[in-house]
Amino acid sequence: MGKTFNPKITAFLCKWCSYTGADLAGTSRLQYPTAIIPIKVMCSSRVDPVFLIRAFLKGADGVLIGGCHPGDCHYESGNYHTRRRFAILQSIFDSLNLEKDRLRLSWISASEGPKFARVCNEFTDKIQKMGPNPTRKNMFI
Amino acid sequence: MSKMLTTDHGADKSVVDLLRFLLDTEKVSGVLTLRKTNTSGSLDYGLLTRSQELDRAVPLMPVMPANAAQSLSLITPTQKPIAVVVKPCELRGFVERIKREQGSLDNVLTLSPTCGGVIPLDTYIKKSKDNLTKDYYKQVKAGEIPESIRPTCKACEYFVPMTADITVSVVGEQNLDSKCRFILNSDKAVSMTEGFGSVENGDLDAKILDDHLKKREKEKKALFESIKFKQDGLDGMIDVFGKCIGCHGCSRVCPICYCLLCDFESRNFDQNVSLFEKELEQKGALRLPPDTLFFHLGRMSHMSFSCVGCGQCTDVCPADIPVASVFKKIGENTAALFDYVPGKDVNEDIPVLVFKEEEFKELGE
Ligand code: SF4
Ligand code: SF4
Ligand code: FES
Repeated sequence: MGKTFNPKITAFLCKWCSYTGADLAGTSRLQYPTAIIPIKVMCSSRVDPVFLIRAFLKGADGVLIGGCHPGDCHYESGNYHTRRRFAILQSIFDSLNLEKDRLRLSWISASEGPKFARVCNEFTDKIQKMGPNPTRKNMFI
Repeated sequence: MSKMLTTDHGADKSVVDLLRFLLDTEKVSGVLTLRKTNTSGSLDYGLLTRSQELDRAVPLMPVMPANAAQSLSLITPTQKPIAVVVKPCELRGFVERIKREQGSLDNVLTLSPTCGGVIPLDTYIKKSKDNLTKDYYKQVKAGEIPESIRPTCKACEYFVPMTADITVSVVGEQNLDSKCRFILNSDKAVSMTEGFGSVENGDLDAKILDDHLKKREKEKKALFESIKFKQDGLDGMIDVFGKCIGCHGCSRVCPICYCLLCDFESRNFDQNVSLFEKELEQKGALRLPPDTLFFHLGRMSHMSFSCVGCGQCTDVCPADIPVASVFKKIGENTAALFDYVPGKDVNEDIPVLVFKEEEFKELGE
């Protein structure tokens, strides 16, 4: 490929937990990769699976949803719905032989700055190994 | 043991007779049935309120000019009782719509056959109708899968209606032209048919239906094998959906897709010129109009778990894409996550409206 691969990871983070967790990672000066492009949403359940599909087809190498731990959603049950929809999307990717490992769901609370950094590092490493998303170059999409 | 009503006329005539009886005795004020549009042989669904209109009715005709689930949404909830004759998958489609607050079964008496499958519209329109249906019924009576039916019908395991008030026994009925058996599945069915004929204990022939089911299951396996995309993943999808002209006909005729403004027809995902330019920089070429795969993947994520596999989408696709076969396969997998069978139980919520705290614990790391 010649050029080094700099992954891009779209991260939908809920305002109350994961986004705040990301903030905490920052203020605690924890290192996490610049690959992560955070998008703040009010709740993980705001993320229609269509958003993930959009990001995936537009060339995001990885797509992450971050939400509050089950039971902790600030709208009570949003993240349980997120979880079901995520399972549906994974199943679709599976059936179609699309790379479902490019999708990730993580529960990260507002106090889990370190977990946020760990998830980002792990996920970026994994994507780095997978290489660029083929949708990046495919003119058909 | 269920209640059963037997007539000594052929099935089509018996169903028409029953509908006429229901109208004449004012047990219902209208009936929804397939009927001949005119003498040219075309078919449509009609909501009929006068019994002489029934002269043109062909309730069991193995054709689906529209998935009746959509029409049932238009005419329910109804204050006046009506009777409807629809295929099992149309009924399941309607049950899925009711779960989405798109209609109601109150005051509706549902009749549905054990279904031999339907002939694709294209075939029906172009071929000699007499020969077509003659061959069709020969195979249906013998409990075989008719050659001419939709691919997803051949692979349909739910040809016995799940929630019909009255089941009309068709598959495997050797004497279909000279007698007809109605299985009365509900109290409503028993009371509405009172006076039409004598009722005894009886049921569908489990052995015949079971043998038939095995044949369908075999067909399903073959169908799913056949749509295994030649290439993996993205290339495979492009291989299958590359011909798509983006007419969205498949979602327009879908019994599940009820949104007045579909996400994929809205401007929600429009992008401006600078974004196109950015993409061009990366890729060096763009297919226009864009978002073909986006539409199909997105639709799968919205409705696949409710897909009843009726095959209407494949039927209307001008680009000859096996839309229904793909969606049926995807849908089986997404529904299986929740042990969900679309159209089985009107009181069961669709999977995206409910959840269990204790499920999918493996997700979220
Ligand atoms: S999909 Fe099943 S129920 Fe529907 S028309 Fe075909 S065989 Fe009948
Ligand atoms: S009906 Fe066929 S061509 Fe039209 S949008 Fe659906 S798949 Fe594409
Ligand atoms: S508010 Fe965080 S997941 Fe709902």
